[in-house]
Amino acid sequence: MSQLLTREEICVPENEVYSRTCLLTDAALSYCPGCGHGTAHRLIMETIEEMNLQADTIGVAPVGCSVLAYDFMDIDMQQAAHGRAPAVATGIKRLYPNKFVFTYQGDGDLAAIGTGETIHACNRGENITIFFVNNGIYGMTGGQMAPTTLPGMKTATSPYGRDTETMGYPLKITELIAMLPGTYYVTRQSVHTPANVRKCKKAIEKAIQYQKLNKGLCFVEIVSNCNSGWKMTPLESNKWMEENMFPMYPLGDIKVPKQI
Amino acid sequence: MTEEIIIAGFGGQGVLSMGKILAYSGMMQDKEVSWFPSYGPEMRGGTANVTVIISDERISSPILNKFDTAIILNQQSMDKFEGTVKPGGVLIYDPNGIVRHPERTDINIYTIDAADEAARLGLKKVFNMLVLGAFLKLKPLIEPEYMHKGLEKSLPLRHHNTIPENEKAIARGMELVMPKHLLN
Amino acid sequence: MKDIRLMKGNEAIAEGVIRAGCDGYFGYPITPQSEVLEYLSAANTKQRTGMIVLQAESEIASIHMVYGGAAAGKRVMTSSSSPGISLMQEGISFMAGTELPCLLLNVVRGGPGLGTIQPSQSDYFQAVKGGGHGDYKMIVLAPASVQEMYDFAKLGFDLAFKHRIQVMVLSDGAIGQMMEKVELDEEIPRLTDAEIVKKYPWATTGKTPDRERNIITSLDLNPVKQEIININLQKKFKHIQETEVRFERIMCDDAEYLFVAYGSSARVCQKAVMLGRAKGIKVGLLRPITLFPFPSIELAKLAKQVKGMQAIEMSAGQMVEDVRLAVNGAVPVEHYGRLGGIIPAPDEVLNVLEQNFIISKKEKKYEPATY
Repeated sequence: MSQLLTREEICVPENEVYSRTCLLTDAALSYCPGCGHGTAHRLIMETIEEMNLQADTIGVAPVGCSVLAYDFMDIDMQQAAHGRAPAVATGIKRLYPNKFVFTYQGDGDLAAIGTGETIHACNRGENITIFFVNNGIYGMTGGQMAPTTLPGMKTATSPYGRDTETMGYPLKITELIAMLPGTYYVTRQSVHTPANVRKCKKAIEKAIQYQKLNKGLCFVEIVSNCNSGWKMTPLESNKWMEENMFPMYPLGDIKVPKQI
Repeated sequence: MTEEIIIAGFGGQGVLSMGKILAYSGMMQDKEVSWFPSYGPEMRGGTANVTVIISDERISSPILNKFDTAIILNQQSMDKFEGTVKPGGVLIYDPNGIVRHPERTDINIYTIDAADEAARLGLKKVFNMLVLGAFLKLKPLIEPEYMHKGLEKSLPLRHHNTIPENEKAIARGMELVMPKHLLN
Repeated sequence: MKDIRLMKGNEAIAEGVIRAGCDGYFGYPITPQSEVLEYLSAANTKQRTGMIVLQAESEIASIHMVYGGAAAGKRVMTSSSSPGISLMQEGISFMAGTELPCLLLNVVRGGPGLGTIQPSQSDYFQAVKGGGHGDYKMIVLAPASVQEMYDFAKLGFDLAFKHRIQVMVLSDGAIGQMMEKVELDEEIPRLTDAEIVKKYPWATTGKTPDRERNIITSLDLNPVKQEIININLQKKFKHIQETEVRFERIMCDDAEYLFVAYGSSARVCQKAVMLGRAKGIKVGLLRPITLFPFPSIELAKLAKQVKGMQAIEMSAGQMVEDVRLAVNGAVPVEHYGRLGGIIPAPDEVLNVLEQNFIISKKEKKYEPATY
């Protein structure tokens, strides 16, 4: 009769199939269970670790759910005012052209209050990387309408559904900035299935690599769920995302090097 | 010695640059100087004026409403600044385009036909240097060698070839200045 | 040989920051201070000292670029005029909350709104009392000459890094646009990245294995901790109030009446003092150079000596409140101001002082406007 293995007996190197990157701190993630932010954090930090960039990285956290991103990322970080992360990153990168500088922003931050900063940082071709997590809603403030909210979608401030007649249309800012000569690599990914996670990781690697080569602004949108804001279970929200978000925000590369 | 001067006319007459050359030359002669312009959209086509102070002492206010000398180059400026000359002070003006001549009797008034002379010479650009010559004849505050240095300092290098003609214009302005009303 | 030049105030501070080892300027054009950005853009700073100059898309972007650079330990600055400074208040408040050093220049024009482009001093409250949200102060330097516009570039950066605070040079259109003689210093070399790491261990320069990560944030959701942060900020402001007051006394020793004025108003009053003395009036001028910290103790001392104080400002009466607080009723304090971009004349302000304090009520020809 075999005895049950103890924890110490299980946790030995030969049994290890996965370990958390050392660039994520021990702090428990404050994101809602089922949310994509945690995976997105993990992918970025893993890549920075693999590329050995910790000492050269300065990250910029936004206002929104990821306002406390610096609690989880073991790198030097600055917390920016709402929407201003691309301007903050511009200031850093212009003065430290050899550092790796990135922003991590949500859709309200990047595509509403920070539209000007986003467009102009892209247009100047700043050598920074923008990670844009789009879940079509203001998560942190309690589920209000975002610039990316879908037509008809119910939120706290569009309780009868987003009426495009009076509330405008979803802003496809990623397509918009892809038109600008200053952007070098623009892609849209998701992290809701293992296959998508792997694709997203590759996109993140490229976006960081290109910055090292001073190619211009790289922009990685991650379409994500907000199960709390959407008032769904995590599984329902992932399904809803596939059925509703992806038709509006189709996944894949939008601008790849040497295009346009 | 402190000389407080207002130079006023149309934008484009070289009012501000005349003041700048005067201030630079004063500085080269180790004087304290200040140059305070009217600024803003009014400078384009409208009136422009500049207050220049040249002094042996630290300058208190660069902004004034009473002047030792007023150099006036259009009618609007005449209307605005005739009354600002201190009693016993000097008013120099170019009668060209002036319909209401100065009426004060408590100041010294001179004319300089600078616009006519500049047109006669075919050198519109030296208009302001003719006027400056008139001023320097009446108030020889700056020696010629420092005027030369002031021109060198205030004109961009590519215009340094015009320094001789500017100096000639200053000399000509000294000849052209005419008394109109003098105190006894 | 001394390097002496005739410069506009705006040009002088631009040259001043280059020579003070400034690493980066981020700004947006606005009258009457566009010469700062123009001068820096023409000065080939990249080749000369390695300084970065960038025209941003807005004043909001400018101040947040400054935030990014300052948080990484660099000597950075922006400049603007009143409406632009209003837009920057968000970023300034964030820099106050994160204790980031920077140099800010406000070449004040008349407001409110678009107002005028002519000189004014109506942004005193915004600069001194904290224009953005939250309990904070900046060090505010008020230049009264082109030489001081130049000098306050280096002084401003030095104070900013000494106290990890924002330093605002509160100038106005008159000082910015006028030309005076300026004596220039030797260039101070910019700090290298390695020197920044050593000198400013708080800066986000990239986490190395020998230290914990650096985080620049003004957020703490725990009110107990947030209160401690705020108390520490207040301690810093108190220390600055005690140690960094600067002012100039002009003919104060035997003065019976006192002008109190800063910036270009102080220059006007300086002339008024000369005019007054020529008439036999024992009048002096106290010129605050730092508006925060305000020379309150000096004014309280002078209140025991003079019969009255006449504040002169190109505003409806802002600094005068600090004069009255300092004097605390010991002597009468009157205000006289011109608004909307008009600069008072020396004889005008002397007349006001005479009307308010010297001519007896019966003989008074008119009540000077006090706004």
